[in-house]
Formats: sequence, C-alpha cells, structure tokens
Amino acid sequence: MKLIIKNGHVISPADNLNDVCDIVVQDNKILKIGKNLKEIADNTIDAKDKIVMPGIVDMHVHLREPGREDKETVSSGTLAAIAGGVTTVVSMPNTLIPIDSIGNIKLLKGIIEKKAQANVFICAAITKERAGRELTDIMKFKKEGVVAISDDGASVDNTEVMLKALKKAKDAKLVVICHSEDKFLSASGVVNLGFTSTKMGLRGISKESEYKRVKRDIDLAEKIGAALHIAHVSCLESVEIIAKAKKKGIAVTADTAPHYFALSEEAVWGYDPNSKMNPPLRTKNDVLAIKEALRQGVIDAIASDHAPHTENEKEIEFERAEFGVIGLETELSCAITYLVDEKILDMGELVKKMAINPAKILGINRGTLGVGRPADIIVVSKDKEWVAKKDIFHSRSKNSAFLGKTLKGVVECTILGGKIAYVNTNSHK
Amino acid sequence: MRKSNNINWTKKDLLDLENLSKEEIELILQTAASFKEVSTREIKKVPALRGKTVVNLFYEPSTRTRISFEVAAKRLSADVINISTETSSVRKGETLIDTGKNIEALRVDIIIMRHNYSGAAVTLARQLKASVVNAGDGWHEHPTQALLDMFTLREKLGRLEGLNVSIVGDIAHSRVARSNIWGLTKLGARVTVCAPKILIPPAIEQMGVRVSHNIEEALAGADAINVLRMQFERDKEKAFPSQLEYFKSFGITKERLKSAKKNIIVMHPGPINRGIEISSDVADGGNSVILEQVTNGIAVRMAVLFLVAQANDYIKTKK
Repeated sequence: MKLIIKNGHVISPADNLNDVCDIVVQDNKILKIGKNLKEIADNTIDAKDKIVMPGIVDMHVHLREPGREDKETVSSGTLAAIAGGVTTVVSMPNTLIPIDSIGNIKLLKGIIEKKAQANVFICAAITKERAGRELTDIMKFKKEGVVAISDDGASVDNTEVMLKALKKAKDAKLVVICHSEDKFLSASGVVNLGFTSTKMGLRGISKESEYKRVKRDIDLAEKIGAALHIAHVSCLESVEIIAKAKKKGIAVTADTAPHYFALSEEAVWGYDPNSKMNPPLRTKNDVLAIKEALRQGVIDAIASDHAPHTENEKEIEFERAEFGVIGLETELSCAITYLVDEKILDMGELVKKMAINPAKILGINRGTLGVGRPADIIVVSKDKEWVAKKDIFHSRSKNSAFLGKTLKGVVECTILGGKIAYVNTNSHK
Repeated sequence: MRKSNNINWTKKDLLDLENLSKEEIELILQTAASFKEVSTREIKKVPALRGKTVVNLFYEPSTRTRISFEVAAKRLSADVINISTETSSVRKGETLIDTGKNIEALRVDIIIMRHNYSGAAVTLARQLKASVVNAGDGWHEHPTQALLDMFTLREKLGRLEGLNVSIVGDIAHSRVARSNIWGLTKLGARVTVCAPKILIPPAIEQMGVRVSHNIEEALAGADAINVLRMQFERDKEKAFPSQLEYFKSFGITKERLKSAKKNIIVMHPGPINRGIEISSDVADGGNSVILEQVTNGIAVRMAVLFLVAQANDYIKTKK
C-alpha cells in the first residue's frame, strides 16, 4: 500500500521542511520526501495550495471512557480528534473509573485497542482515586505504556505526597502533569475573581489559587530534579514563574489551551456555561501574557483540555453547570485564527507547539515527518473559514466555547499510520 | 405598539440594569409615574394587561417582592398565578428550563422569577419566548428594587443627576446594591458603597463607585443613603463583624444622621433588622421613605410588566 501526497506546502521544522514537495508513504511509515517525485502509488492526494504537516499531538484530552460514555467514548473522541487534525491524544486519568491501577490501565488499553480511531496514549493517576493520599504503582506504569502521570482535575494538596510522587516519577522516567490549583484558595469559585465575579455576583477563582501551586510544584521538582509539566496555564503570574524557572534551568514545561489565548473573561458575562472552565477565562492582560509566552517559548505546547459534557450538565444555571469545553475539533483553527493570523506564531512554530514539543515532553515517536517515522500527516486549508456549529462536531458533546465564531483553517484530510483516516466532506467546512 | 413614546421599549425581558441604556431606565420611570395614580383610585385597576397571564415563579422565599408583583399585575388586570418551589415539581428534580417551558406551554405571557443562582433569569430568558422579569437572582441583580429606589429618590428630590447616594451594608452579597449601582450611575448620580472590607467585593470601583469603610465619610454630603439588610445567616465562616459590632460601626442612628445633610433620604429595601443596620428611630423617623418605597414598588412593577408585555406582543406580531 503506497500513498503519495502531491504538491502540498510541507511544514515540519523537525525535518527542516518548509517548501512545496511530495511525500510518499508506504505501509504505515514515511518512505520519501522530495520535489516532483515520480512515484507510482495506490492512492494520490492532491495537496496543491494546502499545508501538509505532522498530525497534532494533543497531550490533554478527556475521553470520558470508562464510565461516562454519555459524554464521550474512546471511539467518538478519537473521531473528533482526527476530524480536528489530531492524530495522537493523551487520555487523562480522571475518568469515572479512575486510571489509578494496572488493572484499570489494562481495561482502558483494551478499549483503545478495539475502538480508537487515533493514537491514544495513557496518562495515569498519581494517587489512588486521585484523592491525594496514597501513591499509585508508578514504577510499574511505564511498562504498561503510560506516558505521564497526573491527578488532573485536582492537585496533590499534600506537599509530602507530591514530593514522593516526583521522586518515583523521576525513577520511572515519567513526566508529572500538574493541574495547578489550591482548592482552598479557589474556594468553590466559578469565574475569574475580580470585576467579573463582582459584577456577575458569583464566587471568584483567584489567580493565586493557580500560580501559588505552580510555584510550589516547580520548587519541589527543582529539589528532586524531576520532569514537571504545568497544564492549562491561564494567567500572567504563572507565566512569570515558569519563565523564571526555565531561566534557572529547571526541567519544567507548560501548555495552555486555545480558550486561554483566544478568549478573555468578557466571554462569560452573558452567563453562558460554554464559557465556564477551570481555570477560568482571565483578563485581557492575561490573554496577552499567554500569547507572549507562546511566542517566547515559555509555554511549550498547546493542548485542548477537551472536556466533553452533556447538555443536561451544561445548558443549566451557570453556577451549577460543569466546568470545561470541548476542543479537539477547534484547536488547530483557533491556533491559526488567534496566533498565526495575529503574527504571534508562524506555521512552523505552530507545528512545534502542537506536535513536536508535546511529543518530546511525553517521549513519544511523533511530531515529525522524518523518513521511516510513523506516517501521521494532515492536510490543511489554512485560510479557509468556517463557522463553529454544533452539528459540525463529531464529538458526542457539543459544549464548545467557540460556537457561532468564524474560525480559519480547515483540516481536509488526516492520514493516520499511513492510511487515510478522515476526509472533510462537510460543505460548510 | 399601542402607546407611542419618543423612545420605544423593545426588550421582551427585564433581566438587569447593567445592560439598559439611560433612556430605557428613564422610560420605565416615566411609565411608572403615570401608573402611580391608578393605586389611588377607588377602583384600583386598569385594563392594560387584561387577558394576559403572569406567573410568579419563586425559588427563594419572598413576601414583599412577590406580593408587590402580584398587586402590580392585578392592578393591570392580568391573571396571576403564584408558584412556590416548595410545592412544585421542582422538588421532583425538574430543571429550570423544563419548568419554564412547561409554564410557557400554558400560554403564560410573563414569568416573574426569583432565583438563588446568579444569572438564572438570563438562562431562562434565553430559552423562552415568554417575557421574563428578574425578581432577584443570587447576588447578581434585583432590577425592580433599584428602579423603585430611583423612582422614590427622584420623586423626593426632583432629580437623580448629580445626587450623592451612599449604599451601606453587605455589598458583596447584595443584588440590590449591584442594580442600584448600575441604575444610579447611568442616570448621573455619584455612588459610594460603604461596608467593612470583608463585605466589599474586589474591583467594585470598576462599576463606577467610590468605596468607603467609614460610615461618617459615607454620610458626609450624601443626599440619600440606602441601607441594606445584613444577612448574618449566610456567614458560615463567622467572618462578618458581630451584630453588635456592626451596629456600633455602621448602624444608621439618629446620632450619626446629625452629621449628615438635614434632609438626607433614608431608604431600605426591607425587611429591616431594627437595631442591627438601622435604629428604630431612624427607620420610623422623618428622613425615612421606607414605606413609600413599598408603595412606589407597585407603580414601577406595573410599568415593567406593561412595557415587556407590549414589546413581546410587538415581537410576536412581527414574526
């Protein structure tokens, strides 16, 4: 089985590619890249006037299975992924049945093997039931293929437990992904603390609740020498702390989600639960800081924090609605619309943030188009506009923060392991 | 539209004052002025909403606001139904939207809602074609209370522009404070909020007010003072000052009023806690307009019900 992608503008900084050329894929690997290749293939994709780049690696996705298949499944979530140009996802452990034991890891692996339509890597829990008290079998996780550990949705409040977790993670050569939140400081808040919480009459989530925990975890990681990754950075102060740590040579990396560089707290003023997430949308000033951090490389990666919820849990009173929004099918378009178009990043840097860097952080063989590498490739109409609407999404849930917004960038074709996994046939897209 | 005013009211709902223009607020106050006389007639009724059905949907206990809306609707000849969540299917787990849609399916024209969650009226109004009037949502807004406060003030002092109005009490948890701040500042009044630090929410200056932690400072030069009820029952962390402490430092007493303007207007949205935020001699004294506020509440709510019903009729005929 041979496939050729012809005449696309290939962008892959890991391979120093930024030019119009052809890519030949054989079986599941990249066979050849070059100009005007005369190759007889079983299948030809015409990528003229389109961008060809490595498939996105999204290191923060909630597939909800096992346990909440009404929100999302491994199957529906990975279908949404390939439709969004995401060929690799990391499944976060805070499912109803938490991924906190070898048994549950095997259970999830079984589901992935049968149902996944994209590459799925597993992030397992740091503590049992993510309760922050008793460590999981971290040492055995790596052998099961786990790529990271996290108690996502919660931070390990007990500093002593976190310290021990970092020691074990270092020995196991696993990166620790931190949901940085001091629950006592965020104190059942629902929106950014300040003018927004005040005028809306809602409890606020302070920035302190985030950055103080970022600071603590970086201090601990420095002490141990463990690899630490800060997830969904939302505010200026966290950025400053991470920048300082990086300057000092501490092994810390960070990601942010599209809503933190695309939207500010004003988006929540109409009490739309699809603008309710944790951490909350912050001020315009924080959005600027996040963009600048992406530009300067303080924030290494973009991840969706895809968090599907049913309408029953979202289209209700704002205070009662669940936190989180879906993002797999909008993240690339958001990055193009709010970062590339605004000249914060160029396409090469975007590929770094969305493919190369996350793959590096996780230590997985993805994010490049090198000969002999897995053929996960996407073809993108970079300047084509589309309007985000519920019926366009493949995800089982529709809780997008970008509904009604015009976005730029359409994924026309997704090649997963050398096979065409998705072709855009939606006339509205 | 039936009545031709210079400015038209086009909104099917009244959800907050933040998103109203100065002109829209003026229109409500003017309409209220013309309805006030109805309540002084021997037969206190006009046919403006005859054939309309109004539902009072109250998720929180309330006596004065609910009765005030009920009286207002009845004086406009509407049929009024009261639903208290204590006795309704809400207790069986029905969602807010489902409850709203079921009420709408009864061909109800206006739903007046009191809810314990901030933003609940916005959520409901988005889903319904019927009019929604916010009768207080969480800590967010209580627009008709602020409108009747402003109506009373203007009646007493002849204007709102340039007045100094101080709001004293639990600003952090007060929907009355928020609606008053938006309404008064839009109409050109200068607003000071006064409370212990713990009861002032962050960044409230951005709503266009001055913040004070000293009651003498808030009283000095004030044309009116709006005294909020202290809600000690919600203070689970015992962070509020004690009742006695509060009265000592912030209570409105005759003694304190001596340093204020002689004709300072004293308002309170009720129910009052005598001896906690206000002394009896002030509550019952010559500066107090507390009972006039209650009377004016009828006229203001008649105006709101009339305007939203008229606008919604217009919206429906256009479709």
